[in-house]
Amino acid sequence: MADNYDTAPLPDRMTMMVPHAASLGLSLVELGKGRGSMQAPWREELVGDPDTGVIASGVVTALIDHTCGLAINSAMTEATPIATLDLRIDYLRPAAPRTGITAEAHCYRLTRSIGFVRAQAWDVSPDDPVATAQAAFMLNPRG
Amino acid sequence: MEDQFQTLEAFLARIPYIRFLGMRVELAGDEMTAVLPFAQHLIGNPMLPALHGGVTGAFMEMTALAQISLARPGSRIPKTIDITIEYLRSAAPRDMYARATVRKLGRRVANVQVEAWQETRAKPVAGMTGHFLLRNDE
Repeated sequence: MADNYDTAPLPDRMTMMVPHAASLGLSLVELGKGRGSMQAPWREELVGDPDTGVIASGVVTALIDHTCGLAINSAMTEATPIATLDLRIDYLRPAAPRTGITAEAHCYRLTRSIGFVRAQAWDVSPDDPVATAQAAFMLNPRG
Repeated sequence: MEDQFQTLEAFLARIPYIRFLGMRVELAGDEMTAVLPFAQHLIGNPMLPALHGGVTGAFMEMTALAQISLARPGSRIPKTIDITIEYLRSAAPRDMYARATVRKLGRRVANVQVEAWQETRAKPVAGMTGHFLLRNDE
């Protein structure tokens, strides 16, 4: 699987070629220069509170982290390894029960070594987010 | 202490996402260590390879929730208000451990710090600070 990872199209590199993304069932929604959005479908095994059936905040964390990575990758011209430096997430309200989550991220500043990203996640409408996030990533962490 | 462990296990067993991650806990006295056994589906970077940053974050968040439940047995699952994750090292494809400290258990909010490590505690892979809304039975 890893043989052709570097040359694979970005959408594949962010979904089925990443075991954790595949296990969450993440799919690409939109992709632009420095921007991207991805979706995590609701599944019984991803529930964080069995009393309500709401998806676990951990899934939102993974989805946001992943979508931030997508935004940075889309801002760069060639496949570059990145590593999260820090990630801050505010959980504004609980998501609707039995509902998937969509996250959108924007890499608003890219230097030679660091990418700065803002993101938000919602269940029904982007105008009413369940979480907002701010992150910094290191580019070429081993370089 | 046996009762405390059973209460904690029962709390964790109720959360489907904990089972999805494969997370479990160990208790020595009142000290809890959370364990995330390595599994292929936790990989986030197949090239390095490394665990997914979101997995590390989610694992620390769940560790915080478990630690709060130890401090408040029998209460409902707290709601996460915010978390700040600091990534220190890439997480290798092997087991990960975490310990949490409840720095303040208020009436409505708990402030929790978590540290995660792999081969040695002296070299943490990540840290987390979080605030959690406690839910008293209405």
